[in-house]
Amino acid sequence: MNRWRYLFAVLVALGLVAAACGGSDDDGAETSADGDSDTEVSADAEDSEDEATDEAPDDEGDAEDAAAPGDITPGGTITFAFSAGIRHLNGTVQSGYATAVPGTQVNASPLLFDEQYQPQPYLAESWDVSDDGLTVTLNLRENAVFHDGEPITSEDVAFSILTSQANHPFKPMFEPVQDVDASDPLTVVITLSKPHPAILMAMSPGLLPIIPQHIFDDGQDIQTHPRNGGDDFVGSGPFQVVEYDAAEIIRLEKFDDFFIEGQPYLDEIIIDIVADPNTLVLGVDNGDYDMATLPNTNVEQFQGDDRFTVEAKGHEAIGQIDWLFLNTRSEALSTVEARQAISLAIDQQAWRDIVELGYNQANVTGIQNASPFYNKDAPNFDERDVDRAMELLDSVGLGDGFELDMPATAGKSLQTAEFVKQNLEDIGVTVNIRQLPDFPTWAAEIAGGTYDMTWTQVWNWGDPVIGVHRSYNCDNRIDPPGVIWSNNSWYCNEDVDALLDQAGSTFDNDERQDFYFQASELINEDAPLVYLGKPDWYQVRKTRVQNPPTGVWGFMSPWHEVWLSE
Amino acid sequence: MKAIAARIAQALGLVLAVIVLNFFLIQIAPGDAATAIAGEQSASDAEIIEEIRAQYGLDKPLLTQLGIYIGNVARGDLGNSIWFNEPVTDLLMERIWPTVLLSAAALGFALILGVTVGTLAARKPDSLVSHSITVLALVGFAMPAFWTGLLLLILVGVNFDFFPVSGFHDLDFEGNWFESWLDIGQHLILPALTLGIIYLAQYSRLSRASMLEVLESDYVRTARAKGLSERSVIFKHGLRNGIIPVVTILGLQFGAVLSGAILVESVFAWPGLGRLAFEAVGRRDTPVLLGVLLLVSVSVIVANLLTDLVYRLIDPRIRVSGGTNG
Repeated sequence: MNRWRYLFAVLVALGLVAAACGGSDDDGAETSADGDSDTEVSADAEDSEDEATDEAPDDEGDAEDAAAPGDITPGGTITFAFSAGIRHLNGTVQSGYATAVPGTQVNASPLLFDEQYQPQPYLAESWDVSDDGLTVTLNLRENAVFHDGEPITSEDVAFSILTSQANHPFKPMFEPVQDVDASDPLTVVITLSKPHPAILMAMSPGLLPIIPQHIFDDGQDIQTHPRNGGDDFVGSGPFQVVEYDAAEIIRLEKFDDFFIEGQPYLDEIIIDIVADPNTLVLGVDNGDYDMATLPNTNVEQFQGDDRFTVEAKGHEAIGQIDWLFLNTRSEALSTVEARQAISLAIDQQAWRDIVELGYNQANVTGIQNASPFYNKDAPNFDERDVDRAMELLDSVGLGDGFELDMPATAGKSLQTAEFVKQNLEDIGVTVNIRQLPDFPTWAAEIAGGTYDMTWTQVWNWGDPVIGVHRSYNCDNRIDPPGVIWSNNSWYCNEDVDALLDQAGSTFDNDERQDFYFQASELINEDAPLVYLGKPDWYQVRKTRVQNPPTGVWGFMSPWHEVWLSE
Repeated sequence: MKAIAARIAQALGLVLAVIVLNFFLIQIAPGDAATAIAGEQSASDAEIIEEIRAQYGLDKPLLTQLGIYIGNVARGDLGNSIWFNEPVTDLLMERIWPTVLLSAAALGFALILGVTVGTLAARKPDSLVSHSITVLALVGFAMPAFWTGLLLLILVGVNFDFFPVSGFHDLDFEGNWFESWLDIGQHLILPALTLGIIYLAQYSRLSRASMLEVLESDYVRTARAKGLSERSVIFKHGLRNGIIPVVTILGLQFGAVLSGAILVESVFAWPGLGRLAFEAVGRRDTPVLLGVLLLVSVSVIVANLLTDLVYRLIDPRIRVSGGTNG
């Protein structure tokens, strides 16, 4: 009896002690107290960044433009809630947001990009493209070293490019690279088989991390190299790894010998992996995190909260687009008329307003609407017209209606399927929603072509050569089991292929724009996809976070210029 | 001793069966780790996906894969995680302790409180307290763990800021070992409560029913006739017998607790086996999933063996008769 009583008493006592220790340790009250002034500083910083992009770039990036040096308070720890599952930090063999967000903190790339998609110096202090577009020369900084103190040389850059060429899933990034000359330690000369304008964007932080050859060129398989992650990861970026548990937490510390003097400003970044979106939102609300990406369903909740700044700026280069894949090999959707009819029967604006709560913009091509190559006037079938849709179906003998198989996973995928099902009832089309349990199941179905129509979100990844061509190129129709996010509509138009090829083979932006505009028109006429919109990408941050990563790559860019006002 | 040896032999056969069954169940699910990795990468390169399949032997016939896996397990090698490229054993070792801590705290809370309130309810079965306990127990049992967890998070985590809402440690924690344990304890309370509430309901109901029966028995009547105090009758004579069904259930439920931990760990970002398993399903990280399932299976079997032993200690009749099960 006494033992029971004792155990119970201990349990209760522990609970009380813990509760007593659970006092508020967040600084929400403090930030809200002077939130207004912080917001002003933040706004100034953004304006200055905009101005900076119109001026000649300087070696130190935009930080000095963002705030007067005297205003910047170096030091402090920033906590970031991250819902993605990180595999490792080596972006030469692994693409994706989850690798790039921490990866860009620990690895430097040759170039940064400003808000007009123009390259800016980073590890390369200057660069040059030859007149014939077949040679790209990078001039590296003299003082750059890896986290283990070894100098970063042209050989490391060459090794990184060739490793990426051989291993990265985005093959088009470095496919035309024939040779990389590293005979001078600070000069990299890249020889191309054809002019390849995407190569500059491919040298962005999230796409080409410079990794140490002396670590990775040891004969082990780079895909499964033990140094791809871990506490002993050796990078080239502004922060170095001090704690690494890819499933739970990554703790980064300022790298004192970073090649930009005086940066990074922060002492520490803590990336906390929170898989459950509800928990993430509650954690942000509780003041546990300084920054996070916010689900659109929670934007409103934070917009009125003066502890936080909520902003949709940033991530434009990623260019995520919501669309419906229409399987052109499906009997019912094999004709252009049927596909156009489907597009016309779906109220796309209503989809953006209802399913996306209005946090989504019209985007009528496969190129995202902030890109200079976006053709907003491409003929599209985005205005709902049920009568016209019926006429089109009648013209191909489908006026009596037909059935479509629509696989969907939970969340937005399923909501979209329900929305589309209701819309298409008006033209006599029965949508059979097939709910699938998870992403791999869905991906296997779509890559294998066993579907009629499905929702997905596809990313542009900076340059259309990297993230757009793959959805349309005839030779990217891959036989089952197939590959997800290849040409999963099984669409082919040789004229489109020729235009995309030309657009991807010139450095002249005007010419490229013209080719992409023409290609977009042809694709839209063929309607292999229904473009539903481009979702806003909201970030929430405490008002103390200054000069936040709101550039075209958003969180997938180094945070060396971020600082805390308190 | 002979009976225990037989149980161990039985258990080994069971483990083998579990491995084979789990292996094939996982294979039934469409898609594989290469698909999941491709998804994470926005990949569109068939060659690289095939390379991933080859690297992890996913391109081999199923029976070959199974044979290799069983051979490796026999040598104590659970393979490498396809997602993390780390030995599965390391991942399991990192995460087993948070799960054990969570499960033990949840079960401890449920057992102590459940038996206490169940016993109190049994003393006066028609009282308001007894009926209230019954209703509360049913409510606790009926509420799904993820829902209870979210409610607790919002109520005491966010609105009153009593407890941290996620994780195992404060992100910026610095302190000595004692402070470290206090910090962990603070993070533990909400997930342990969430997980424990389900079992609290079961244990209170079970111990109430069991104690009702025991308190009506002859030896309790005799004890009362001998003039023993009510406290002595209940806790010394009654509870010792009344708790036996609860202990039996406790052992049997060990696996179920780990299943419950999957949801609770996901909601509270608790770095345990449950969350690891949950994420491994979505990633088709077969070696990790098989590793977790194997560990859980072995744990359940061991827990049941231990239950048998505890059972023998509590109930001398079992020792005398040499039975292995109650």
